[in-house]
Amino acid sequence: MTAALSVDGVEVIFDRFRALKGVSLEVREGESYGLVGESGSGKSTLLRAIAGLAPIASGSITVNGKTLGKKRDKGFYREVQMVFQDPYGSLHPRQTVDRLLQEPLAIHGFADGEKRIERALDEVGLGNGFRFRYAHQLSGGQRQRVAIARALILEPSILLLDEPTSALDASVQAEVLNLLEEVRRRRKLTFLMVSHDLAIITHMCERLMVMQNGEAVETLTASQLIGHRVSEDYTRNLLRASEGFVRA
Amino acid sequence: MSAQSKGPLLDVDDLRVTFPTRTGLVQAVRGVTFSLGRERLGIVGESGSGKSQTGRAIMGLTAPQAEVSAKKLSFDGIDLLSMPSRQRRALRGNRIAMILQDPKYSLDPVMSIGRQIVETLRTHERVSRAEARERALAMLEAVQIRDPKRVFDLHPHEVSGGMGQRAMIAMMLIAGPELMIADEPTSALDVTVQLDVLNILDRLVAERGMGLIFISHDLRLVSSFCDRVIVMYAGKVVEQLKASELRDARHPYTRGLLNCMPRIGFERHPLPVLDRKPEWAA
Repeated sequence: MTAALSVDGVEVIFDRFRALKGVSLEVREGESYGLVGESGSGKSTLLRAIAGLAPIASGSITVNGKTLGKKRDKGFYREVQMVFQDPYGSLHPRQTVDRLLQEPLAIHGFADGEKRIERALDEVGLGNGFRFRYAHQLSGGQRQRVAIARALILEPSILLLDEPTSALDASVQAEVLNLLEEVRRRRKLTFLMVSHDLAIITHMCERLMVMQNGEAVETLTASQLIGHRVSEDYTRNLLRASEGFVRA
Repeated sequence: MSAQSKGPLLDVDDLRVTFPTRTGLVQAVRGVTFSLGRERLGIVGESGSGKSQTGRAIMGLTAPQAEVSAKKLSFDGIDLLSMPSRQRRALRGNRIAMILQDPKYSLDPVMSIGRQIVETLRTHERVSRAEARERALAMLEAVQIRDPKRVFDLHPHEVSGGMGQRAMIAMMLIAGPELMIADEPTSALDVTVQLDVLNILDRLVAERGMGLIFISHDLRLVSSFCDRVIVMYAGKVVEQLKASELRDARHPYTRGLLNCMPRIGFERHPLPVLDRKPEWAA
């Protein structure tokens, strides 16, 4: 198996604060890989560093065999797209869904925009009726579907997912997770997914990395985590906490 | 402490909260009825279910343009709706207190944590500055803040989310309320911190014999913490049950909510989704 994405000793420094202290990981083609940790663990920073949204101080990132330079080129964004946590913040409030979806197509010079928009909306289960609505006319789940459609419209091979369901109600979360699994299966996508929720990560991913304070704590397969076969105390704590409140 | 009345601590009958909007009246809460003793009651629902508006109406913090009505809304035998706002204000923070979701937004950013706690205490009780400070420090210790003297002088932006939430609990408990309303008190916190805060809340509620209303979107969390759970949907109570009998929930909405969450060690692909029926909201 080839690596779709490999991260080697990446360090991110904001002013003097080391948000990522040399993290490495390898995501195979077609794999779904999870990053878990609490706030400040650096999981989102790692995702943003890959997308070119955080300053990389050292280390290298390779996507589909190509090592990335300082600036991401257009070709990179056709291969790698990102879905953000907050669908309220990540969609332009004064653009219609149609306009939102046209933008990536215009940037990348696609001619058959009309057809692609129809297909993308269809794929995320929204249909053409939503095309000329504004973000504020949609529910949270529908907005996240638009954000997923926008990511899929360029036909990328890798999706970076930053807590894609944590702003949604539980029942809507289930729908969006199902949608993500379905498009991944249909398009043979590679996922790198960030979540603070161990249950979501074990549901969606085959392998995962536990992070704390900008460093990797350990790397596990989902079945190791489910079977509580973990070696670090920190991971054990997270597992216990995810089982909910127990009266002492 | 108040006169020990025989009736329930809180009695809510047919509570309605109505908001005027451009397209007409919207009822956020539509006839909620329950009563509360010195117990832990959970109110669960998704966004827009009216759970927070229910809590706010009891507290008297509904937005001014909205209208609150009820056949009965009484606390310790006192009718809350007919009460002058001055008296209601005296009740708030004193006998009824509320913990909000995010300490980042609900603490005063330009006042030190200690001063905020002292302010609450001195609003409701006539105590000297020195005594107020002593009691605030003791309260910070009760919420397991290790170095209360240091934290007393810190501002909210200088502490973590978990510490901020503990400070808020300290502030809410200092006047010794009999009823505590906690609206998503741990949703903004990391999972491990969440448990610490819940443990503190649990101990203090039990020690002081308060009534607690725990409002949350997380059915599992609420049922592990509370004695009784009310499930709300579209402004109405669809089911009331003992937390221990959650597994026997009858309403399809409650069952759907329980089912749709991914759980470690229970593989289900795809996840079951809620099939919302219009009659649930009827």
